[in-house]
Amino acid sequence: MANGTENIAEYSNPGQVTGDKLSFKSLTDKISGITERKTPPVWFVAFGAAFSLLLVLLGSIGYLVWEGVGIWGLNNPVGWGWAIINFVWWVGIGHAGTLISAILFLLRQRWRTSINRFAEAMTLFAIMCALIFPGIHVGRIWVAYWMAPIPNQMSMWPNFRSPLLWDVFAVSTYFTASLLFWFTGLIPDLATFRDRAKKKLKKLVFGILSLGWRGGNRQWRHYELAYLILAGISTPLVLSVHSVVSTDFAVSILPGWHTTIFPPYFVAGAIFSGFAMVVTLTIIARKIYSLEHIITIDHLEKMNKIMLLTGMMVGYAYSIEFFIAWYSGNIYEQFVFLNRAFGNYAWAYWIMISCNVLVPQIFWVKRWRRAVPVMFVASILINVGMWFERFVIVVTSLSRDFLPANWDYYKPTFWDISTFVGSFGLFFTLFLLFIRFLPMISMTEVKAVLPQADPHSRTSGGLDE
Amino acid sequence: MAQIFPEWTNKLPPFIALGAIIIVIGVIGFVWYYFSPWYTDVGYRPVQPVPFSHKLHNDDLGIDCRFCHNLVEVSPHANVPPTQTCMNCHKLIKPDSEKLAKIGESWEMKKPMQWIRIHKLPDFAYFDHSVHLRAGVGCASCHGNINQLEVVRQNTPLSMSWCLDCHRNPDMHLRPVSEITNMYWTPPDNQMELAKIIRGDKDINPKTDCSACHR
Repeated sequence: MANGTENIAEYSNPGQVTGDKLSFKSLTDKISGITERKTPPVWFVAFGAAFSLLLVLLGSIGYLVWEGVGIWGLNNPVGWGWAIINFVWWVGIGHAGTLISAILFLLRQRWRTSINRFAEAMTLFAIMCALIFPGIHVGRIWVAYWMAPIPNQMSMWPNFRSPLLWDVFAVSTYFTASLLFWFTGLIPDLATFRDRAKKKLKKLVFGILSLGWRGGNRQWRHYELAYLILAGISTPLVLSVHSVVSTDFAVSILPGWHTTIFPPYFVAGAIFSGFAMVVTLTIIARKIYSLEHIITIDHLEKMNKIMLLTGMMVGYAYSIEFFIAWYSGNIYEQFVFLNRAFGNYAWAYWIMISCNVLVPQIFWVKRWRRAVPVMFVASILINVGMWFERFVIVVTSLSRDFLPANWDYYKPTFWDISTFVGSFGLFFTLFLLFIRFLPMISMTEVKAVLPQADPHSRTSGGLDE
Repeated sequence: MAQIFPEWTNKLPPFIALGAIIIVIGVIGFVWYYFSPWYTDVGYRPVQPVPFSHKLHNDDLGIDCRFCHNLVEVSPHANVPPTQTCMNCHKLIKPDSEKLAKIGESWEMKKPMQWIRIHKLPDFAYFDHSVHLRAGVGCASCHGNINQLEVVRQNTPLSMSWCLDCHRNPDMHLRPVSEITNMYWTPPDNQMELAKIIRGDKDINPKTDCSACHR
């Protein structure tokens, strides 16, 4: 596709799939086949590794419940450590899914069809990983239900003026909406699986999950409308969830946190890291399952462009923070930012700048934007950088607060690290189960963007749109 | 293609939805009541080593609460009387009673009686009897009609919401300090005005912030 016909292909093939090799039947066979074939050995290897990490997570949480948050590296000024960093990082990663499924859907970006199922699943699993951390960091996990407004004998009621409570609602709403959206999109594909199933049990399970889908005209109209409405509901959530997460910091009075730029800055960072994670996972999956003709290099290039854009938005936020610190004339604000760049944690700051601002700049070059190994490394570095962004925000401001007598250096312990590493176990365990048992690409939607689906397509002599 | 599910399954979804709603509300309601001290603590009535009757001593004989619980007005803790207090009278009254054998033993051996504690507050909740009595909260407001009981039982849940109910709206539970041990006192018709005077005189504004009790 990298020749002169590309522009024409762009219009005649809005889904960006390399249509010549694909028919409706071969697409169904390809995607369904992945789950119907015998489980490949490499899947077991990956699942074993992921499940071991999941056990590490469970062990770390078990010890935390037994012993308390003292096992973490928290100290007197730094009362928020890796737990909050990991929470914000995972929630951020969860942002690409809804952006792809809702906003790109409303904007008629039809190339989303090849990657949306994948990205939505990743969103759900990332939010699950994220929700672990605020759940376990409360110390007394058995009273975590105090975060919910449930009547009880103590007359205890959540404090609705606290942004931490807004967080509980924002993230759980986001999870519910994403789950419904993902499931609604799955229904026709689940019905395909039901119809192809040979075994009784599989027929029953997919029969229940597909909610009686027969593919009639009326069902399709209801389905399309429901999908559109859910996209409309989810769109504001993409922007609101990470804005609310940012108020955890912005509502406080700590220099470096108390900033009005935080909501848009966090949203841009979330989309940035979310797309980086989608790219990382997509590259692996399309390689292993030979999906290069469905998730093409054009899809990856488009995601790289979004990363370039959001990466520069994040870079702009970093610089404007420095500008405002100078412009405000507030010595505490100025100190915090100078300390970030040149203080104890300067190493973390410069990792963040290199990974988040410098690395995406390689995507200006078209050749690198379309080179799989380059983008694979870049996407991983971007997520490293985004983790360090949250580390810099949380730790530098806390460890150097108003009173120098309070200052202390924060270091993680073994248990901080094992909990974080273990959360990848949960993420990949769920992800591997997903690609084993569910259609990882939306057959329905990709079929709709195949050239054959359009009577005016190139093959029948006309151009789309 | 053959049908996977029989026809009656079409009617299931509304029942599942209704069932889910009922289960969620049911679980919350169940925990709300059955996991609370209203269910677990109220009515606790252990058998004491000596069958001491509050009805006999207080109601029939007219001994004031503070004759035995003598520190209740000045101390955070309402003391259970020592054996010596019992023996003030029982050296002369029914010294050979079988029911009193354990009191006699405690007196001879100089070992305190092991009464079973009924009203327990957790360590993280601070409570001061003297403050409440001085404000004009009567014994009966929390302990109920203890003067009618042969065996003492816990009358109120002592739960956090129970504390807060009174702290937020104490007017019905305030009385003149002279009446605090009067078990037959009932709020007069002009209780609200009386409470207003009591609160004004002593500047009573019950605290409801966390650190009032969780110090």
